[in-house]
Amino acid sequence: MTEFTPLSALLGGVLLGFSSLLFLLLNGRIAGISSIVSGSFKSLSNAPQWRWSFLLGLILSPLALVLFDYQCSTSIEITWPMILIGGFLVGFGSYLGSGCTSGHGICGIGRLSPRSIISTCIFMLVAIAVVFISKHLL
Amino acid sequence: MKLFVSFFCGLLFGLGLTISQMVNPQKVINFLDISGNWDPSLMFVMGGGLLVFGLGFFFVIKKMTQPILSNQFFIPERKLIDKNLLIGAVLFGTGWGLTGICPGPAMANVLSFEPKIFAFIGMMLIGMFAARLTLKSTATTTTESDNLSTTMKTVETD
Repeated sequence: MTEFTPLSALLGGVLLGFSSLLFLLLNGRIAGISSIVSGSFKSLSNAPQWRWSFLLGLILSPLALVLFDYQCSTSIEITWPMILIGGFLVGFGSYLGSGCTSGHGICGIGRLSPRSIISTCIFMLVAIAVVFISKHLL
Repeated sequence: MKLFVSFFCGLLFGLGLTISQMVNPQKVINFLDISGNWDPSLMFVMGGGLLVFGLGFFFVIKKMTQPILSNQFFIPERKLIDKNLLIGAVLFGTGWGLTGICPGPAMANVLSFEPKIFAFIGMMLIGMFAARLTLKSTATTTTESDNLSTTMKTVETD
């Protein structure tokens, strides 16, 4: 059970949107995390430095919050088999479908891209169905 | 300068994920669990993100010919709804529903030094690599070179 936290959720969402907007406005790049991750491990000629810089910022970001005495409590109750299967599917699916929650869900829908709108609707509905099955039927 | 912008945007993105608690898989699963103890918080995350990005895109970026620090926008141009997009979304949704973790929060959680996060990221990379191999093998079996180039383009631009 987690509490309903509309204010911090909205503030966090605004930051996500602002970061994505700034990235496109200044560097001309889409802040799609799955593509940034997969692109980081591609041929070195394809300008990977900006991807690594972005990922470094993303990885170090919790440190900035620790300075403000923020408690990050991430306890992961998901079982090991689910982590392994889920991780693989997230990687395979986001590569095949050219995007994830950030690239399609925010940058894509924000541009009203039909591909992203369809992708986001599908993965949301599928994820809801998977949670329903695993929590209520199994 | 561009690299600093990348770093700064990554930092802001991670702050957004952390403040909104997208980094907490339980929070994500409770959002997806609409018939259980539904926690609608993450709707506000998406709403806030879309509002800021969408307004900025249509009122500022659409009127520009090039970004401030670079000479072109790298925006996916593809319109085609193809099989890969649909299958990819189904697989991604399944993995997201099973774990409550997607690529952004996985990366923003690295410093928690939680073994499960490292395992998730490892499997995610293997999955991406496997998908890349699959796309390559299907692309080379099609005879039309057009097909090949469009497939490769999707992968690189989005």
